[in-house]
Order: sequence, then C-alpha cells, then structure tokens
Amino acid sequence: MPTLDTLIDKVKAVVSPEVIACTACKAEFPKKQLKKANMICPSCGKHLRMDARSRISATVDAGSFQELCTGLKSEDFFSFPGYTEKLERAQKATGEDEAVVCGKAKIGGEECALFVMDSNFIMASMGSVVGEKITRLFEYAAEHSLPVVGFTASGGARMQEGMVSLMQMAKTAGAVKLHSNAGNLYITVLCDPTTGGVTASFAMLGDILLAEPGAQIGFAGRRVVEQTTRTKLPDNFQKAEFLLEHGFIDAIIPRNDLPAVLGNLLKMHKKTQRKQGQEGTAQ
Amino acid sequence: MNAGTTSTNGMSAYEKLKTARGGRRPTGAAYVKGLFHDCMELHGDRRFGDDAAIVAGIGWLDDQPVTYIAIDRGTDITSRMAKNFGCPKPEGYRKGLRLMKQAEKFGRPVICFVDTQGAFCGADAEERGQGQAIAESIMEMLNLRVPVISVVIGEGGSGGALALASANRVYMLENAVYSVISPEGCASILWKDAAKVADAAEVLHITADDMKQLGVAEEVIREDFDNFDAMCEGIRTQMKNDLAALGKLSPEELQNARYQRFRKFGIFEDKNAKTK
Repeated sequence: MPTLDTLIDKVKAVVSPEVIACTACKAEFPKKQLKKANMICPSCGKHLRMDARSRISATVDAGSFQELCTGLKSEDFFSFPGYTEKLERAQKATGEDEAVVCGKAKIGGEECALFVMDSNFIMASMGSVVGEKITRLFEYAAEHSLPVVGFTASGGARMQEGMVSLMQMAKTAGAVKLHSNAGNLYITVLCDPTTGGVTASFAMLGDILLAEPGAQIGFAGRRVVEQTTRTKLPDNFQKAEFLLEHGFIDAIIPRNDLPAVLGNLLKMHKKTQRKQGQEGTAQ
Repeated sequence: MNAGTTSTNGMSAYEKLKTARGGRRPTGAAYVKGLFHDCMELHGDRRFGDDAAIVAGIGWLDDQPVTYIAIDRGTDITSRMAKNFGCPKPEGYRKGLRLMKQAEKFGRPVICFVDTQGAFCGADAEERGQGQAIAESIMEMLNLRVPVISVVIGEGGSGGALALASANRVYMLENAVYSVISPEGCASILWKDAAKVADAAEVLHITADDMKQLGVAEEVIREDFDNFDAMCEGIRTQMKNDLAALGKLSPEELQNARYQRFRKFGIFEDKNAKTK
C-alpha cells in the first residue's frame, strides 16, 4: 500500500522532474534521460554509478532474472551508534533489503549466477548479510555448475558489525575457491568504487577481471593514502586505467558493451566447449 | 548478543589497545626465536622484492619442521623504519604466500604471527596490488592442505592481519586486539573526532575476550613477558597439542574444517530459515 511519503514523492516527480549533474563534466540531465542512457553522461561519456536493479536490466537478457538468496536482514548486534537508523534510511532510499542483489539470469543466452552490489546502500559496505548472500550464491553456483558474474562496488568492510564483518572477507574468499576448485568460471566487473575489504577479498579473485572506464579501484582509500604519505597523487591514481597499466585487470569494457562481452566469455567457457578442447589435446 | 566490554584482567579495550601497541612488547621475530630452534630465514617474493615487515622461514618446533611467517614491527627506530612499523607491502604478503605453498608441498604446518596496524598504506603498495595480494593470501591460505595456526601477538589490523590469520586455529595474547578498522579511523568517521578512540575501541569489540566469544579466536594466551621463555614453553605445548589433533585430519578435511570455521560467521535475521 502506498504510504503518504511515496505519494508525495510521486507528485514531486511530476511537478519538478529530478535533475542529476554529471560528476565529471557537471552537465545536468533529467534523471529519466540519464537512466535511459544507462547512467552514462551524454555529454562526456562518464560512467556514473548505477543502482542494482537498473544494472541488472541493462545487462541480462530481458525477463531472465530470477532473484535468489533473499529474506536476509542485517541486525545491529553491537548496538553500534546510528547503525539501525542507517539501515532503515538505506532500505527506504533504495527499496532493497541490503547492499547486494543475487540471482540467476541469462546473458547473451548463457545461464549464469549473478550478483550486483549497490553503492547507494551504505556505500555497499560488507556486513554479515552481504557476505552471506555472496557466499550462498557461490555455493549455489558450485552446486549447479554455473559460472558467476559479479558486479562489485563497495566502500569495504562494514565497521558497524566489527570483526564479524572482517570475517566475511574470509568467508566469501573461501566460497570463491570452493566454486573455482570445481572448475567453474567467475568473472568480476569492477565498478566505481571498489575498495577496502571487498577489493581484498572476492572482488580481486575472479578468473577474469573486467572494469568499467574510470572506476576507482583500490585497497586504501585515495584520501587516506594522501593524508598518510603527505603527497599529492596523480588524477588517474587507482582508476581502472591505472590498474590496467599496472597489470591488475584484464580489460576495461564500456558499460554498453558488457552484455556482448560477458555473453561471449560465458560461451567460451561452456563446459561442452571445454570438453571438445580437452579431447582435441588428448588426440 | 552483547560481548563484554571489560575483559577478564580488568583492562578496558582502550587500555588493551595501548598495551598491544606498546614499544616494549616482544615482536614477531622474538616469538620465532622463542618457540623454534635452528631456524633458517628465507627471503623474497620472487616477483618484486623482499619485505622486511615479514620475517619468514623454516624452523623446528621441537622435533617437527614448521614454516613460520611473522609480521615484525622492529625493536629500534632503524629496524622500525626498515620494516615500516610492521605494515606489510604486497611483496610481503606474496613472500608469505610463496612459503605457505612451499610448506604445503613438503607437508609442513604453517605458523603465522600477526602484529600490524594494517597493510602498508602508500602509493607504491597500491600500484603493486595491495588488495589483490591480501585477497589471494586469504583465499590460498584457506585452501592449504596442511595445518595452519595463527597467533595475534599485538595488533590485528583489519585485512592486513586477516591475510595471515585465515587459519585452522587462532590464538590471541590476552592484551592483543583485533579490529575491522583502527579505533582512530572509526572515531573520525563516526564522531569526526579522532580523539574519541576509547569510545570507538569499546563499540568495535576488539579484545581477546571479545574474539573468544565471537569465535574469531580459540585460545587466549596469558602474557608473562618477564618470564618469556616459560610463556613460550606454554605456547609450544598448545601448538603441539593442536598440531597433533589437526594432523589426524586428511588434507581435504583440513581444507573443509577451515572453510567451515569461517563459513559460520554472520549474525542476521533469516526470514526463510527452516524451523528445526
């Protein structure tokens, strides 16, 4: 049932359509137009941040997405200052239970397990629920011999859950290995921003690491490095292009090319394809 | 759940944090010397360089060869500078990983000592893939086919500590701390005031007793630095007992036990949980 708040929001949207400014060139566009353009700035091409549901519909074959690993809700078990309110605000703003959406879908006709992180939800920091959903997805994919495609974006571990959040790094890394040991493919698409404990766990553990143009990817945050070392860092520091130059990612793929690129990679790794290859070398 | 804020020896989390960082505590290298004999230190990651923040090699735990990997903060200003105050760079984690794989090849247990504010924070570390180095270390450590024990001897700073603590058993010294973020960092994010460290230390739950309660650590080890040899004797006995128990498991059982050890972490509401 629509609440008064959502009704007010709807009226507002009609009376004065929301405008979003590009974070790079500052040009302003109606939200609707930008969403239609997959959040790529029509003026400068900057890949702006994208919510999980828009990302899914921009990537997977129409109507193929089936959500999995649902029904998990974070708890404020340390009574951490402000955490309960933060969770409630994020849930209200995004309409999501948590910072990652998991499921099963087809990309270019190929079936895969999929996770998409949403930086609008507490900067997609990883607490118990994010760690659990990702772990369950890898376990599901291992059980069903499915490849995993994962879109990462995160500020890192969720400090409001203390050490329980740090342990999610090992939990998810273990699940990636479990899936990998069974010969399954994992492709990561590093999106803006992927940092901290997520970079230092499942984000960097793909068989193939792709990134969106201009995405910020690192372990320590750029500002933290600048403050600690008292140096001014170059503009491209920790950008996808910087990682490509230093050999830490396989390729940078523009957002609109991702469905075709992912579809092709999934086809190349189909188990039937691989079987033919193995027979070929044996002869 | 609510883990206790004052721990068994009566010190607050903040007092423990200060104690854990104290300059006169034995460093990683001291534990290697105190616990093992006839050690051979091994250097380098075979990729880029040798990180002095991590001291590693092969030694004897009584009559058993083990691979040791210790974060070492250094003991005086010269060695502390050379070791970046115990903040490892990617080449340090890669040296550790190389020696873990070597231990696996030769069927030796791996013993790690953790004592760091966190992984080194700098442009060069980022350039050489600090996040990737830590991620790979955690994943491969979880997958080792030999027993792994980690001891947090001072400060366990976030991912940079976990990279050497994805073990079958984790021990903590009684005043050691282990945290997802430095209490200073937490205070400046939460209250925009880095001075509220003591409050942050409480709310983050960082003490050895907290870790025992959460299942992050199995053992809390009493500190007695005035009788360091006797203290090491106790740790050695504990290690030998644990290695004897872990030695009964097959390589696959060891891997699975480590997976399950970390798989269980997570506190949340599961609306679809089947009622048992």
